Amino acid sequence: MNNQKAIDGIIAKYNGKKGALIPLLQEVQEIDRYLSKDAMRYVSEKTDVKLAQIYGVATFYTMFRLKPQGKHIIRICKGTACHVSDANSILKQLRETLQLEGDEDTTKNGIFTLMEVACLGCCSLAPVMMINDDTFGKLVPESISEILKKYK
Amino acid sequence: MNLSIKVGLGSCGLAAGAGEVYDAIEKYLAENKLNINLQKTACIGLCFEEPLMEIIANGEKSITYGQVTAAQIGDLIEAFQIGKPIPENVVLSNFMVASENENLQKQKRIVLRNCGIINPQSIEDYLARDGYKALEKSLKLERKEIIDEMKNSGLRGRGGAGFPTGLKWEFAYNAQNDKKYIVCNADEGDPGAFMDRSVLEGDPHSVIEGMIIGAFAIGADEGYIYCRAEYPLAIRHLKKAIVDAEAEGFLGDNILGTNFKFKLHIKEGAGAFVCGEETALMASIEGERGMPRIRPPFPAQSGLWSKPTNINNVETLANIAWIILNGASEYKKYGTEDSPGTKVFALAGKIKNSGLIEVPMGIPLKDVIYGVGGGMKTEKPFKGVQLGGPSGGCVPASLLDTTVDYASINKTGAIMGSGGMVVMDTGTCMVDVAKFFLDFTQKESCGKCTFCRIGTKRMLEILTKITEGKGKIEDLQKLEELSENIIKGSLCGLGQTAPNPVLTTMKYFKEEYLEHIKEKKCSAGVCVALQKYEIIADKCIGCTVCAKKCPVNAISGEVKKVHFINQTECIKCGICFDVCKFNAINKS
Ligand SMILES: Cc1cc2nc3c(=O)[nH]c(=O)nc-3n(C[C@H](O)[C@H](O)[C@H](O)COP(=O)(O)O)c2cc1C
Ligand code: FES
Repeated sequence: MNNQKAIDGIIAKYNGKKGALIPLLQEVQEIDRYLSKDAMRYVSEKTDVKLAQIYGVATFYTMFRLKPQGKHIIRICKGTACHVSDANSILKQLRETLQLEGDEDTTKNGIFTLMEVACLGCCSLAPVMMINDDTFGKLVPESISEILKKYK
Repeated sequence: MNLSIKVGLGSCGLAAGAGEVYDAIEKYLAENKLNINLQKTACIGLCFEEPLMEIIANGEKSITYGQVTAAQIGDLIEAFQIGKPIPENVVLSNFMVASENENLQKQKRIVLRNCGIINPQSIEDYLARDGYKALEKSLKLERKEIIDEMKNSGLRGRGGAGFPTGLKWEFAYNAQNDKKYIVCNADEGDPGAFMDRSVLEGDPHSVIEGMIIGAFAIGADEGYIYCRAEYPLAIRHLKKAIVDAEAEGFLGDNILGTNFKFKLHIKEGAGAFVCGEETALMASIEGERGMPRIRPPFPAQSGLWSKPTNINNVETLANIAWIILNGASEYKKYGTEDSPGTKVFALAGKIKNSGLIEVPMGIPLKDVIYGVGGGMKTEKPFKGVQLGGPSGGCVPASLLDTTVDYASINKTGAIMGSGGMVVMDTGTCMVDVAKFFLDFTQKESCGKCTFCRIGTKRMLEILTKITEGKGKIEDLQKLEELSENIIKGSLCGLGQTAPNPVLTTMKYFKEEYLEHIKEKKCSAGVCVALQKYEIIADKCIGCTVCAKKCPVNAISGEVKKVHFINQTECIKCGICFDVCKFNAINKS
């Protein structure tokens, strides 16, 4: 594994701090933008936290991603306000435009990963999606391809 | 004339394009060498009118324009300068006709007192509006006096359950330990609610001040704000506010020259609804899976790292400084005997004025929706309003006289919850809504209790069957039985309340369930499997496009002849409907 140095640095930073496992894993995740099995195993070896515990935490929270991610993360809101404002048609359009099949969530060229989330807190602009840190509201299916063009 | 301009840069404003508006103003001012003070503020609650721009002359005359675009700003500013302000799109003003003046007058803003008015990143702005004066006052009081004031105010926790805050503080105060914690619950998990986000983005110091006062009262020297990671802007504003408060001596050692010390940390959530539940939240701060623990012991005896801990919601804490400064009796002038004060609601869904409002408790739901909320967004009539998110329920039109207070709302089978109000019209299918919530709770169940883990899944399966037209009449009874058992057999509020959305929709919208089961019909036209696509013979010209695009070859017909959809093969994907250029497909 080629990230050992970076991970060592993160472990050192949190050494001895209580309740550090989640922020530690969040930082480790930032290196590759997902948590690989190797990375989790390495953290376990270096910290004496049992691998089962690390894996338990990583699978419990949706922020932890266990598969390689696309360059841009699209979060489509499936909260109540968006649901009643037909977020499903936006989701359908996104999956079509990104040519995602079955339960795929990352495009074949690795540019986009699509995630469904519950509420982005912009319910008054439903339906809403976020690409990286940018929020887009009052979406209609026709607006999707135009928005996606801005991201390469 | 001394001019200043404010732009609302909360998450909602940014999503509506306020960032571009702000940049355009900055550029316009620079290019025209105008000496106008440009300021940032957050959300004033009129989210449906975003982006918002306020122009103020000499700190007095003010106009707020709604739905501002970058292209307009030059005209708006110029017209204002020459004393002939443009009268269109004025949403608020103290000297012009404005569409939302009345909307704001109907509200009573205690929690939102600074939101949309101050620059949330400026501690000076907060101080200029009596910021940290309540802390100063509190530090001169006996700790017990603060707790008594809270008890007298009757403030009830705004996180959902409505537990009296003063009483909760007293439990923590009475706990004997040299280490205690205070925690702010900013996990805001209800999908469709954004009160806490707006307060944290718009007035972070009010929450921090509430926490410091609480910490002093109960005897805590360390605190955590647990904020969901989906709110990056709120986290940024909080971080800045903490640094500034430390620099001013409101946090840290020897606060305001006393020997009271308090250290505040931020913990970012990692995405799990159940972590809004207080014991799960504490497990998460400790770095574990966020699984609820058995109570008792209650957090006031044994909470974070087994130390006495007091946990309060964001909105609860934002009330504290106001109460200390203005007094419990002033607070009690608003609201009802049982539910004093005000409540912030996030209006969303099919309502015209979607956004954030704060009203006195005890006001009828009707006045919230048709008064402050401005009524329905489209011509479709009102059907129900969902209160309390996944733990709450849908209140029908016949109960709109219900007043907004804890007891009255509980009577309907819904709950006050944290303040999300999602308004639904006749285009919403109530069975689908129930299914939506069960899908949510089923995914978010932490899995500890069998009934919650498996029971919600079984309920979801039944609801899915019904929405696909495969439901049986016995299913309704099964749903009721499962609900009863899940409520009884779950440890925490997630499971105990998960069946509420199903129970309330079955109670108030039974005919919709029966329609799906008996007639295989969804009047709202939402349930995909119950839709029917047919070709209108008069309009079809036989262009063959639909037949070519149909993914399952369910459409047949020759060129230039009327086509036909085979209903048994049709998967209701709707592609034919979308691609037909002649409106020759009927969807029912
Ligand atoms: C499943 C579940 C989710 C909850 N989510 C939240 C939440 O997002 N925010 C919140 O303040 N309280 C939430 N609560 C309520 C908390 O457990 C707790 O009662 C509250 O934070 C106490 O603060 P208060 O007394 O100021 O209301 C939730 C409870 C349950 C059972
Ligand atoms: S429900 Fe979609 S942003 Fe809140």
